[in-house]
Amino acid sequence: MSSGHGSDAVAHRDYLGAKIGMWLFLVTEIILFGGLFIGYSYMRARYPLEFHSASHELSVLIGVLNTVVLLTSSLTMALSITAVQKGDSRKTRLFLVATVLLGVLFLVNKSIEWGAKFHHGLYPNSALMGTKPPGEQVFFGLYFSMTGLHGLHVLVGVVLLGVMLILIMRERIHQHDFVKLENAGLYWHLVDVIWIFLLPLFYLAA
Amino acid sequence: MTTTSHPISLDTPSYLQTGASGLRSWVTSTDHKRIGILYLATMVTFFLVAAVFGVLMRIEQLTMGPTIMTAQSYNVLFTVHGVIMIFLFVVPGLPAVFGNFFLPILIGARDVAFPRLNLASWYFFLAGALLAVLSLFTGHGAPDTGWTFYAPYSLRTGTNVTLAVFAAFVLGFSSILTGINFITTVHRLRAPGMTWFRMPLFCWSVYATAWVQLLATPIVGITLLLVIFERLFGIGIFDPAKGGDPLLYQHLFWIYSHPAVYIMILPAMGAISEIIPTFAHKSIFGYKAIAFSSMSIAGIGSLVWAHHMFTSGMSEFGNMVFSLLTMVVAVPSAIKVFNWTASLYKGSIDFRPPLLFALTFIFLFCIGGLTGVMQGALAINQHVHDTYFIVGHFHYVMFGGTVMAFFAALLYWFPKMFGRMCSARLVYLSWFPMFIGFNMLYFGMLVLGYQGMPRRYYDHLPQYHAGHVHATIGSWLLAAGVVIFFVALVAALLRGRKAETNPWGGVTLEWKVSSPPPVENFLEIPTVTGPPYDFKAEETA
Repeated sequence: MSSGHGSDAVAHRDYLGAKIGMWLFLVTEIILFGGLFIGYSYMRARYPLEFHSASHELSVLIGVLNTVVLLTSSLTMALSITAVQKGDSRKTRLFLVATVLLGVLFLVNKSIEWGAKFHHGLYPNSALMGTKPPGEQVFFGLYFSMTGLHGLHVLVGVVLLGVMLILIMRERIHQHDFVKLENAGLYWHLVDVIWIFLLPLFYLAA
Repeated sequence: MTTTSHPISLDTPSYLQTGASGLRSWVTSTDHKRIGILYLATMVTFFLVAAVFGVLMRIEQLTMGPTIMTAQSYNVLFTVHGVIMIFLFVVPGLPAVFGNFFLPILIGARDVAFPRLNLASWYFFLAGALLAVLSLFTGHGAPDTGWTFYAPYSLRTGTNVTLAVFAAFVLGFSSILTGINFITTVHRLRAPGMTWFRMPLFCWSVYATAWVQLLATPIVGITLLLVIFERLFGIGIFDPAKGGDPLLYQHLFWIYSHPAVYIMILPAMGAISEIIPTFAHKSIFGYKAIAFSSMSIAGIGSLVWAHHMFTSGMSEFGNMVFSLLTMVVAVPSAIKVFNWTASLYKGSIDFRPPLLFALTFIFLFCIGGLTGVMQGALAINQHVHDTYFIVGHFHYVMFGGTVMAFFAALLYWFPKMFGRMCSARLVYLSWFPMFIGFNMLYFGMLVLGYQGMPRRYYDHLPQYHAGHVHATIGSWLLAAGVVIFFVALVAALLRGRKAETNPWGGVTLEWKVSSPPPVENFLEIPTVTGPPYDFKAEETA
């Protein structure tokens, strides 16, 4: 900032403040997805049979596999934070890299899954989709919107954790100041939790 | 406000003087006061542009048949007028300008909790504003859906709705970040002794607003994203042809956009609660009632959204529930009005321009609020739905309420923000045409609507002609008043008399720092020892 104008001069570390800010942000994320969950509940109540039959098109195997991947990544995330609190920089980085890789694996799985759907002509506005009953069209509309928005969040999370890795290498995050990593971890867990709701709503609805 | 130390800082340079003075130093500043001024400059610009659009629409209605524009231009004008006024001025107006500038000072802090995030919020705001402007000149014509972007028309129209909706999404992001910042600031940065019930009422209202911003905005965010997905990929959730439901769009839209009305009005009420005690030289009547009514407006106001949809085909039971809740939300608003008037009673009233605008707010807000209760009744709603009555009603609340309070707050805090006094004579001169024109225009609309004039129509039938002419003449007077008002402010900015530290005799913390305040506000963080509007303690001190 030019000539130290503003608050940089009194930049203070407010650990609790930073945590409050992050939790508030997570609340907004939950409500953002909440709008979609409201839409889902309404549409499912309206088209129960169509949701049931459309769900058969989804691969339970990939869905469950991705759940395992994300849950494991939440574990490595937590281990990374424990390591930074203990001052073990090597383990911090190791577990963080593992988290990033698992996140990437999730996205790879997701793209294989979406790719297969597109290959079969199952995407919004496709010729095949037009022949399906309205309830199934809405099911896939919601499926692509919700898993798509979730995938976008995973992607943002991967980038965010990458930035955290750089900050750890530059020793901006360390044993005595790790709130940024903790907050990034909170975000990552949230993305995980949302997936745990998406799995039964779409893959296990059949 | 009783404090142990008086951190008057007359010799320290102000936030305007410290550091570089070029444009670059402003757009990179994390000082909450400079960010407040950045918002002020951006918003007033957009307000004036959208006001011109409003006047143009009125001129179109001056005669029957085409007057100065085509029907499609008229559709664009009411859409863009609404989008700019709502998303770029009235929603962010008071919190982003006065909340930013005064919330930290009023609670005895040096800045907000996250200064860099604060600057980022302004950039999101600017980006959203530029996207909105861009949507007018790119694609196949400017958006023509009305500011509500109702499906399925917003999914089908060939005009540039996608970009306009994305602009609103980005602006929502800015609003959320500001909300997070203010909540954290109030929780973490209150000065020693500044307990919750010693906070000035403006802080309470900004705090309540921040919660609504936080809890409601994400819903409109996802709704607008879905509209974009619909337009780009045809996902079908709002499209009846694909099994979707347009009513779902209306619900999701109003789940945000009704609470947004309280985002607009709560900080305005907060500013009025600051101005009244200062000019009555008397503590506010019912401090806790006002504070709690802010919180209950925020709470109940989140549960009334479907009163915008009584004619959309909801169930009878749904209509009754939302009608009842709509009546209930009038109670905390009325509590505030009674408290303000009771605060004036037996006060030693010092009649100055900010008080005039505060009283104007109360008068016009009452008309707006009471016509709102009328529409909450299901039978009347059937009659006035989608007529000029609605347009008149929400202009009484938004313009008569929020914008008049914005003007009052601007007059009240102008000396503190810029260190200059504004000419009272010019401000009074602006008030008369503004007040008379306002009521000619919007009361005219109430009458026209009751007679059956539908909103958003390009043309009108002969029986409404006299009413339209009356309203259009009112719009000219109103516009003249607004112009004189801003001329008065610019004149004060250029060669106004220097303001003292405490020109109005206020007792809250902002009147203890110099005008304009120094960077970081306080040399030493004050310790607060008493309630916020303790004029007696101040006199004996």
